Amino acid sequence: MAMQWEGKSFIDNLPKIYGIYTGGFLVFFALMAVCEQFGMSAQTIGIMFVLFTLVIYAVIGVLSRTTAVEAYYVAGRSVPPVFNGMATAADWMSGASFVAMAGGIFMSGHPYMAFIVGWTGGYILVATLMAPYLRKFGCYTVPDFIGTRYGGKLTRFVAIVVLVVASFTYVTAQITATGTIAARAFLIPFEIGVWLGLFGILVCSMLGGMRAVTWTQVAQYIVLIIAYLVPIFWMSMKQGLGFLPHIEYGAAVQRIMELEPLLGVGTAAVDSVEGLKALTTLHATPPEGALAAWKFVTLTACMMIGTASLPHILMRYFTTPSVRDARTSVAWSLFFIFLLYFSAPALATLSKLQMIDPNLMTSIIGDSIDKVNSLAWIRNWGEVGLLAIRDSNADGILQINEFFLNPDIIVLATPEIAGLPYVISGLVAAGGMAAAMSTADGLLLAMANALSHDLYYKIIDPKAETRKRLMTARVLLLVIGAGGAAVASLKLTGILGAVAWAFCFAMSGLFVPLVLGVWWKRANRQGALAGMVVGLGVGWWYLLAVRNPEAWYGLAKPWVGLDDLRFGIVGTIASAIAMIVVTLLTPEPDEATQRMVDEVRIPSGDTIIPSKA
Amino acid sequence: MAQLSPADRAEHWRRTRNLMFVHLAIWFVFAYLVHWFAVPLNNINFFGWPLGYYFSAQGSLIVFVVQLFLFARQQHAIDVKFGVEENNNKG
Repeated sequence: MAMQWEGKSFIDNLPKIYGIYTGGFLVFFALMAVCEQFGMSAQTIGIMFVLFTLVIYAVIGVLSRTTAVEAYYVAGRSVPPVFNGMATAADWMSGASFVAMAGGIFMSGHPYMAFIVGWTGGYILVATLMAPYLRKFGCYTVPDFIGTRYGGKLTRFVAIVVLVVASFTYVTAQITATGTIAARAFLIPFEIGVWLGLFGILVCSMLGGMRAVTWTQVAQYIVLIIAYLVPIFWMSMKQGLGFLPHIEYGAAVQRIMELEPLLGVGTAAVDSVEGLKALTTLHATPPEGALAAWKFVTLTACMMIGTASLPHILMRYFTTPSVRDARTSVAWSLFFIFLLYFSAPALATLSKLQMIDPNLMTSIIGDSIDKVNSLAWIRNWGEVGLLAIRDSNADGILQINEFFLNPDIIVLATPEIAGLPYVISGLVAAGGMAAAMSTADGLLLAMANALSHDLYYKIIDPKAETRKRLMTARVLLLVIGAGGAAVASLKLTGILGAVAWAFCFAMSGLFVPLVLGVWWKRANRQGALAGMVVGLGVGWWYLLAVRNPEAWYGLAKPWVGLDDLRFGIVGTIASAIAMIVVTLLTPEPDEATQRMVDEVRIPSGDTIIPSKA
Repeated sequence: MAQLSPADRAEHWRRTRNLMFVHLAIWFVFAYLVHWFAVPLNNINFFGWPLGYYFSAQGSLIVFVVQLFLFARQQHAIDVKFGVEENNNKG
């Protein structure tokens, strides 16, 4: 094999390798654009995009296979900060961010912006409280830190339980997203799309573990960010907002705010269509009152604290060469994430203005319904039931509350609405696929690694040989992946609900023990156990209670507006109280543990858990 | 590697902790405070933007990104001052 996926020369060549890859992808894009001009069908272009990118990820996954423990679990701790930043960004930005975020802003207005703020601000907590210290610790997994810092097999076991609960909730949502996109691109039933998506995900991670996932995630980041930004730039050029709409679109926001009272945004729809919504929320005007503000900041808090507790994110910072690199890498991660998240509101704003501004060619509100119904994109999306028009007042004119859509189509349909060539839609499908696959890979690996390293090796069979451990890890990856796909094909919850729950589970069980493990020397095993058990237990109870107000354990109404997307607040507070009280009631940890905490706090010196080649 | 004296160790940790608190204070302002007051802030025009909306769409995000690069630098400076940065002991 000519290519070595480690070592100095490989690391030095990374910018060149990914530069060539990016160039290759752009050439492929240009080729598809040319083929479209020569009459290649939209369907074929979609399939080509998804297939081409899948093959590349698979090739990277196979080339970076490994049999070394350090490479399998932490990519040999050799990933440079900028590249780890890209990998984390792909790991982080899920199918939900890519597909649903702009649509959510489009439909739900300012309250939805809490996700944007929450999913970026959480990295401040990761950098200041966690990542550098966990890197210094030298652990392979998050339960590895909990288990070693606090000691005891039970502690480690409970941490594994929290990790699996949070990650499994999350991964089903991602497999659902890959299934949806695969189903649409290849025109196959959703259930088959799910298994096809899972196959793609596993090819990336099975053979090379963290090392393979790292290098495919970098590749996936490049695809997803190109796929997100190109349509926005293109559309902005067409609308005459200049090349970088991000600076200019304030004017578009104001224009929407002017138009809203004229169009009557806010009047409830008369008809209702199953699964679709009419636009009734103001775009940039936050709802009045303290409860609305409270709901905004509590959702932000859940997403931020959840970010800092999600194991598949934290473990990405175990792969940097040094503690200092871990810190820089968090900054780069946020930068790469920022590129997408500060574009999402721009996309939502521009596509909304296109639909509602009577001065623009593309506008549909206020047009005759016959004319609107004859538009190709209205027909296409209407046929698959993601969009509907009802002439409620029978005046033959489309009003804002007569237009129903599924928010998820905003990102996917915008290129068509703006009249961009189909090649852009193919690109967007490939981007959505990359976003969902990269997150699913990170999550599956986090679970399989915790189960193989912490449960199998550290608790069940500490004498297991390397070969057997890695074999277990791979088998677990298959089993968990299959389980996730099976649950995903049942379609239990919406993508966004599942994602928010995952954050709340993670923060309820893990945030307090992780933070206090570094920042409070006195924190001990009994306290950590209490914190995890009470946090997860109370959080879980509260989730069930607010969702089942009729049941005996139910709550008639949520406490101060804390609904099922925000149950992490309740869980985390319970976890903090339990951990602090129990710690103070029990003896302080022994001197060795306290010395260990001292060592974690300085970057120099050996890792706490000695590294093995 | 020269052993760090207990006093230096305590001082290093004190500065690290203070830096953490400073950054979390800035974070608190841009993560929560400005959004709590989004309604009144929206009346302010910021280069063509309603300010409350601007913070949630771009302002807070930009602050977070800049803050993290700054944090990485500042923490490294503290580590160097006390001789506990990593390159120090790889000799």
